[in-house]
Amino acid sequence: MPDLLPFLKDLLSAPGLSGYEDPAAEIISARWKPLVRELSRGRLGSLHGFRPGSGPEPRPSIMICTHMDAIGLMVTGQTGGFLRITNVGGVDARVLPGQLVTVHGRRDLPAVVAQPPARLLPPEIGENPVPLDSLLLDTGLPPKQVAELVRVGDLVSYAQAPMELAGEVICGHTLDNRVSVAALTICLEELQIRPHVWDVWAVASSQEEVGTIGATASSYELRPSIAITVDVTFAKGPGASDWGTFPLGKGPTNTVGPNIHPALQKAIQDLAEKLEIPCTLEYTPRHTGTDGYATQVSGEGIPTAVIGIPLRYMHTPVEMVAIKDIQRTGRLLAEFIARLEPDFTGKLIWEQE
Amino acid sequence: MAAFGNPQLKLLERLCNASAVSGDEGEVRRIVLAEIEGLADEVKVDALGNVLATKKGTGRNRPRVMVSAHMDEVGFMLVAEEGEGLYRFETVGGIDVRQLPGKAVLVGKDHLQGVIGARPIHLTTADERRRTIPLDTLRIDLGPGGKAKLGERATFATRFQRNGPVLIAKALDNRFGVATLIELLRHAPENIDLLAAFTVQEEIGLRGAKVAAHAFDPDLGIAVDSTPANDLPSHDGEENNAYNTRLGLGPAIYIADGSTLSDPRLVQFLSATGDALGIPYQFRQPGGGGTDAGAIHRARAGVPSISVSVPHRYAHTAALISRVDDWKNTLALLQGGLARMSRDVIAGSR
Repeated sequence: MPDLLPFLKDLLSAPGLSGYEDPAAEIISARWKPLVRELSRGRLGSLHGFRPGSGPEPRPSIMICTHMDAIGLMVTGQTGGFLRITNVGGVDARVLPGQLVTVHGRRDLPAVVAQPPARLLPPEIGENPVPLDSLLLDTGLPPKQVAELVRVGDLVSYAQAPMELAGEVICGHTLDNRVSVAALTICLEELQIRPHVWDVWAVASSQEEVGTIGATASSYELRPSIAITVDVTFAKGPGASDWGTFPLGKGPTNTVGPNIHPALQKAIQDLAEKLEIPCTLEYTPRHTGTDGYATQVSGEGIPTAVIGIPLRYMHTPVEMVAIKDIQRTGRLLAEFIARLEPDFTGKLIWEQE
Repeated sequence: MAAFGNPQLKLLERLCNASAVSGDEGEVRRIVLAEIEGLADEVKVDALGNVLATKKGTGRNRPRVMVSAHMDEVGFMLVAEEGEGLYRFETVGGIDVRQLPGKAVLVGKDHLQGVIGARPIHLTTADERRRTIPLDTLRIDLGPGGKAKLGERATFATRFQRNGPVLIAKALDNRFGVATLIELLRHAPENIDLLAAFTVQEEIGLRGAKVAAHAFDPDLGIAVDSTPANDLPSHDGEENNAYNTRLGLGPAIYIADGSTLSDPRLVQFLSATGDALGIPYQFRQPGGGGTDAGAIHRARAGVPSISVSVPHRYAHTAALISRVDDWKNTLALLQGGLARMSRDVIAGSR
């Protein structure tokens, strides 16, 4: 996919906070349109793309789930032309002071997250981080104009533009999880020239950051035979070096843990080894913190796997991902789908006691 | 009065987007030298890197008026390499470490892109989130394999933008002053000798202004700078009576700051100029802080001095906010003041 980067940059520059994913869904729809037979939106906002397989009906189906929603902020009030804010999704208030943001008011307004001078803050804060409820947004406009243009509930996105850094990495906000949407897009493009027996549901899910809501609805509606969630995982880097972190640019991860069907996980790992795609096992003893948590318990239960793309500085406006890892993930997905045999679900068995 | 519009704002944009951390002002200096070429009778770059431009008038008994604006900005220096594109760094100038996590930066003369990240919130504890992330755990990350030289400076990567009456940029402190001095030189009045000092190292102790004032030996000095507008609401709803300056009320005339008592005759003169010409101005609340005037007024046998600043919010952060009209009125007040300046202004009683 030679034009991956322009597409990814468009996607990273689009708003689309949890529950308000339309701007991202439009860009993804335009890209997926020639790659799928049908496009539809789930009741809670997920985007569903359907590619029929070539096998006899009734065909099994695989869902690839990549959430498209972004974390961000929401306006909760105004005071003297300044805006009060709360978070949408997991935001560490310590990355906010001095950030450029876009307030999606009656029109988009550039604004800055203001850390008020110490004399205007509760004295106990001192040199500690200023909590979210004491931070303000400033458009610089006069109060009257702010009152006309902004109201409670307006959304706020990070304004950091995507950047390409040394070592072929991309950097910016909302790489979590639009790099996975890009990987799924690579997969769909590869499937254009790779026959596949199974039906494929490509899902850009909504509201993951507020509790895997879109994936819950979509996996119930689509009832796939198996589901693979692709989401970002923690890359090693400053502040992240523990066992649960993975080298940037050294391939995706394949999760082992209670959210995952072990036979599906093993099939993916076997294939990665066969294809010589580096793929590290990621051990997640409890909740994966991904859409896989929701797909597994949908309906009567769906065998689920979770593939991770290592990302540095998660949930900051300067998230970093190696482009090669996006490409590897897309290829692994496509190869997995193309090699699915009609009776693969029969192989998803638990070891006998 | 000289025109004010897009050419001036374009100049300010170029100046703000240039990187010039204290001690490494070359990029702004080059813009200044190119802009003032042919405008002055004499231009020199001194031992510290100050640009000193002299434009002589033609009238009789002309006062020697020094105007000073610092070219440098706060920023960072790369001090240790950890491999894989990761660098330790130190701050240069007064930067609140709470402003650093999650920012894009530009490193070195080639503006190499990098970022200062933070540990994912998922890996932090609630207790940890109540503590400031210390500088020694932060890194400038150029991407795997990114290369910079130790000692190189870095700045926030923010690009200048205008939204109607609002300007958002890094380094408005003090590219406002630099752009103002360039405009003053472009339209220098004949009644004075205009001595324009584009100074270095203000943010780390007014070091450029000290030698510039000695070299110029002026009759009076005006530091042109940018000062905080702390005009935000107080957390408890009480009146904010420590705002320093307010956005939108025009140039801030200094009466007293942490290093200078302005010459009262110059305070009187500039405010009378504003009144006479109908230019809005405000008095900066007397208090701490300082400008090049702190060094200028102590030069040689003493130099009656004052400062005039364009107000900005969020000093020394990635994104300062100002108003176009505050700069326009600052320029107008200074142009009006210089055109009316005479030795009499500083001959009278205080």
